[in-house]
Amino acid sequence: MREPTWDKEAEVAATPLPRSETGWPDQLFGVLKAKDIRQVGYVPDAGHSRLIELCAADADIRDVVLTTEEEGIGLAAGAWLGGQRAVLLMQSSGVGNCINMLSLTKNCRFPLVMLVTMRGEWAEFNPWQVPMGSIVEPALRLCDVLVSRADHADAVADTVEAAIELAFGGELAVAVLLSQRLIGRKVWVK
Amino acid sequence: MLDRRTAITALLAHRSRDLAIITGLGSATWDVASVGDHDRNFYLWGAMGGAAMVGLGLALARPDLRTAVVTGDGEMLMGLGSLATVGVQRPANLAIIVLDNGVYGETGMQPSHTRHAVDLAATARACGIDLVLDVAEPDELQRLAALLPGFDRTLFARVRITPDEPPRVLPTRDGVELKLRFRRAVGADRGEAS
Repeated sequence: MREPTWDKEAEVAATPLPRSETGWPDQLFGVLKAKDIRQVGYVPDAGHSRLIELCAADADIRDVVLTTEEEGIGLAAGAWLGGQRAVLLMQSSGVGNCINMLSLTKNCRFPLVMLVTMRGEWAEFNPWQVPMGSIVEPALRLCDVLVSRADHADAVADTVEAAIELAFGGELAVAVLLSQRLIGRKVWVK
Repeated sequence: MLDRRTAITALLAHRSRDLAIITGLGSATWDVASVGDHDRNFYLWGAMGGAAMVGLGLALARPDLRTAVVTGDGEMLMGLGSLATVGVQRPANLAIIVLDNGVYGETGMQPSHTRHAVDLAATARACGIDLVLDVAEPDELQRLAALLPGFDRTLFARVRITPDEPPRVLPTRDGVELKLRFRRAVGADRGEAS
């Protein structure tokens, strides 16, 4: 049997960096509660795992696991038709799955909040994440989604709070990109 | 197999006040509009594959209403994953009614997957929806019509209809107007001023 090829990049990517406990997902959850978010649609995602856990444990938030992100666009529209606020959690690759469904948001001027954890940018190990990750921002703008970005943990809660106010106050579509640097390096070899 | 306009009229002619309807694009929209426009109808003219999810979001938001999604086999097939998502949530006030003629009627009557082995009623059952009706005869249609005002668990109905193209009845296609009037009709426009 051949020795497995030693992959230096994989080993480097696997080295965890010392990181302080940011707590930004917990702060983000506090914002969702304060802003009366009642439905949270998501495709499971490592960057959002803590927030998903908090939402699932909350009796007043309905957590809706989706098979693909575009389902969430319909979910959020339906929630708003009934008078509830929803947010969607997804990874950058999921933005590509939403493109045609965003015509529902635009035609009807539905409010929409997408919280997107970024892949394919800072210190990405997997090149398959890059083609979609690198076009998330222009793709969203082409669909008339307003885009803001949080690069540091202490900016997340404020940025998302402002995005939620913009979306539901003016019935607008808004995305907040949570930078890959914020999420941290993915550990590839355990 | 049933005539689509006869079927939709039997289902909706005496709709209850608490029923909200989301339609999938194309013929299902024209069919629902043919029974008469209603401020609790929300018609999709696009967003193919999204009807069941709009219905799910509404049903979860408003347990005091019954939500019926009326769509076609092609539209349902494009959002097949949403049946799995509905199967996880299973709101008691959501019905999904698929008018299944086995063809893509709007694009030239090309056969859809349901002309082959794909069975949407079996798919719904496999996704965890246990109240599933397979409607092909008038008495089964009457049973579905009788269930609509009072069903108390997630309902899926496949209604087998003949592939034809009755005259189109076009509701407004202004999405903002459809949204605003629906929200007013169900009182969703109150309480968002703060």
